[in-house]
Amino acid sequence: MKKTRKPGISRRATLALMGAGAATLAAPWVARAQAKTIKIGMPTILSGRVAQLGTSSRNAVMLEVEKVNAAGGLAGRQIEMVIRDSKGQPQEAARIARELVNTDGCEMLLDGEASSGSFAVHEVARDLGVLCIHTCSEASSLTADPKQHIPNAFRCVRQGIHDSIVGAGYAAGIAKAKGLKKWATCSPDYAYGRDTTGEFVLYLKKFAPDVEIISESWPKLFQPDYTEVVTKILQAKPQALYSCLWGGDLTSYIDQANIYALFTQMEVFAVNMADYTALTVVKNLPKGIHSGDRYIKTFPATPENAAWGDAYKAKYNEYPTNWSWQNATAVMFLNEAVKKANSTDGKKVAEVLTGLTIKCPFGADGTVTMRADDHTLVGYAIGWGTTIPKEPYVPDVKAGDWKTIFELEAEWKKSKGYT
Amino acid sequence: MIPVDLDALASCLASPACLVTQTTSGLIIGMLLFLVAVGLTLIFGVLKVVNFSHGAFYMFGAYFAMTAYQLTGSFALAILSGAVGTAILGLIFERVFMSRVYGRDVLMQLLVCYAFVLIFDDVVRMIWGPEFRSMGMPAAFQVPPLFIAGGVVPPYYLLLIGVALAAAVVLGLGLARSRIGKVIRAAAHNPGMVSALGINTGLIYGGVFALGGMLAGLAGALAAPVRSLTPGMGFSVLIESFIVTVIGGMGSILGALIGALLIGLIRSFGSLGFPLFTEGLMYLFMVIVLVSRPTGLFGKEVA
Repeated sequence: MKKTRKPGISRRATLALMGAGAATLAAPWVARAQAKTIKIGMPTILSGRVAQLGTSSRNAVMLEVEKVNAAGGLAGRQIEMVIRDSKGQPQEAARIARELVNTDGCEMLLDGEASSGSFAVHEVARDLGVLCIHTCSEASSLTADPKQHIPNAFRCVRQGIHDSIVGAGYAAGIAKAKGLKKWATCSPDYAYGRDTTGEFVLYLKKFAPDVEIISESWPKLFQPDYTEVVTKILQAKPQALYSCLWGGDLTSYIDQANIYALFTQMEVFAVNMADYTALTVVKNLPKGIHSGDRYIKTFPATPENAAWGDAYKAKYNEYPTNWSWQNATAVMFLNEAVKKANSTDGKKVAEVLTGLTIKCPFGADGTVTMRADDHTLVGYAIGWGTTIPKEPYVPDVKAGDWKTIFELEAEWKKSKGYT
Repeated sequence: MIPVDLDALASCLASPACLVTQTTSGLIIGMLLFLVAVGLTLIFGVLKVVNFSHGAFYMFGAYFAMTAYQLTGSFALAILSGAVGTAILGLIFERVFMSRVYGRDVLMQLLVCYAFVLIFDDVVRMIWGPEFRSMGMPAAFQVPPLFIAGGVVPPYYLLLIGVALAAAVVLGLGLARSRIGKVIRAAAHNPGMVSALGINTGLIYGGVFALGGMLAGLAGALAAPVRSLTPGMGFSVLIESFIVTVIGGMGSILGALIGALLIGLIRSFGSLGFPLFTEGLMYLFMVIVLVSRPTGLFGKEVA
């Protein structure tokens, strides 16, 4: 019952191959001739342990792009997003970014990579000269370090150094009021955990000089059990605990620390607690954990912010994340800049973006600015508050003061040799 | 930064409060690990395959328990469905897939197991979503911890240690004393002869695999209230279980128990004395055991 086949390539197959080849060669030309739409490429993490980074970024981008398209597009051109999964690997992110521009014909990039991948995409942007907005990387050096500076790249993201200044200022206020002198830290053992904790402690000691760190714990990233870390902290008997654990690690830690009644024995400062991804998952959220705002639809307490959070929830059936507001803001910036430049040319748009201030639901005063000298986002809503176990989760967020942030950030840049 | 903090360790060893807290903390880490490791060692002892997909049963146990708890609100049912669900899953997995690779070369067995690590992770992702989840502590255990000799002991952990200990005793006695236990041990020793005596070895193999899966599932279900649930959560548990079986000796139940408790205690006391080297201590201990007793503490010489 076997059909015999002649070896080699048949005439029909050859013709088919030639046809396909011709179509491929012809395609870019056709595409260019009809380039009414504008393609924007976006490498991000859509699979693996932190897939939420990519999905909630993509969701927010699509929410905003639909609005822009409904209003006529970018300078009359409809936006077509080309979003690809880098699986969180920097070399893959770089390859995808290059391919998006060279093969897919994307004229701009939104870089939805975590810190590790964003530096790789940044190099691609440097090489190709394409307009690129980073939307997820919080690593301060990406824009603070002048070696990283290129005219066509921007960062539309909150920043580690801003968070540390505001968090330490807030914590120092409480430390002084309640006499919290003995502190412990517990953060994941990798670059983000070490840097963020180090900066927080630096500024905490600056604002409240008699604070002393009596115990440090560095659990592994994604460690399943924290019992030994919890009991170690209990033995040290600190008055306050700082942690930058995040996501599932943070919720595990809370569940395990809860049954040791850790939260009744010390003040806990967990910078990444007030994010819906963690808040809505923890079943027995202790009252009174101090946390920074990641994204909360009640802070800033404006109708615009609440409406945006609700619209996102209505569309995707979950609350937005910190990455969502940053990505949405990037699309808002692009839209405004193209309007002002009256062109989708990357160079012209980049010129307008530099120093641009736009109205934005996530601004501390209703606006955010793309700072001219280092191409990074400033003026966004940033603050700390304490948790309650139900909505709105963090009822009263104390806003950070941007004047102080700017002063200390300038000092920090000097100390790092950036200015 | 303090790489070695022997003062902290010494002062802890001198204080009963600290001893109680750290010992119970070591016991719970050890007991959960024991439940996973003992299934691994049992399956290896009888079936002679290293089940690299064992961590998946721990993961399924946790997810089954969470779902049952959300549907019924009963913690007992949650634990039960974690254990029973993974037992059934284990039986199906063994009969349909694993039974085809017995006696084949190790690489083949490894590849089949690794394929299922990926498949099971994706199945969990499809059913329960890629984000981490949390089951929450049952109301009965949302009580302040007990203070024993000044040390802190959460009541939930007492239950956890009790259940795991009971499982260890039942398993140990069952294998040593009961008729089924005798058959299982015989099948491990000489499957050809057992089969020739008219005993259905396929049934025994399936049963042992299901039992191993059930124990891992029980561990997952017991851990669900205190550990966050994610696809892939079985992986790190699997690695530690391997360390336990290597220390205790492949195929030995007592070895798994002692190995798991040692790892638990090394973690809890090590984090005080060697805060930056807790992981390393575990591996160091494994190396010492391997060098001095290559078959593990309770492993039998292989001819």
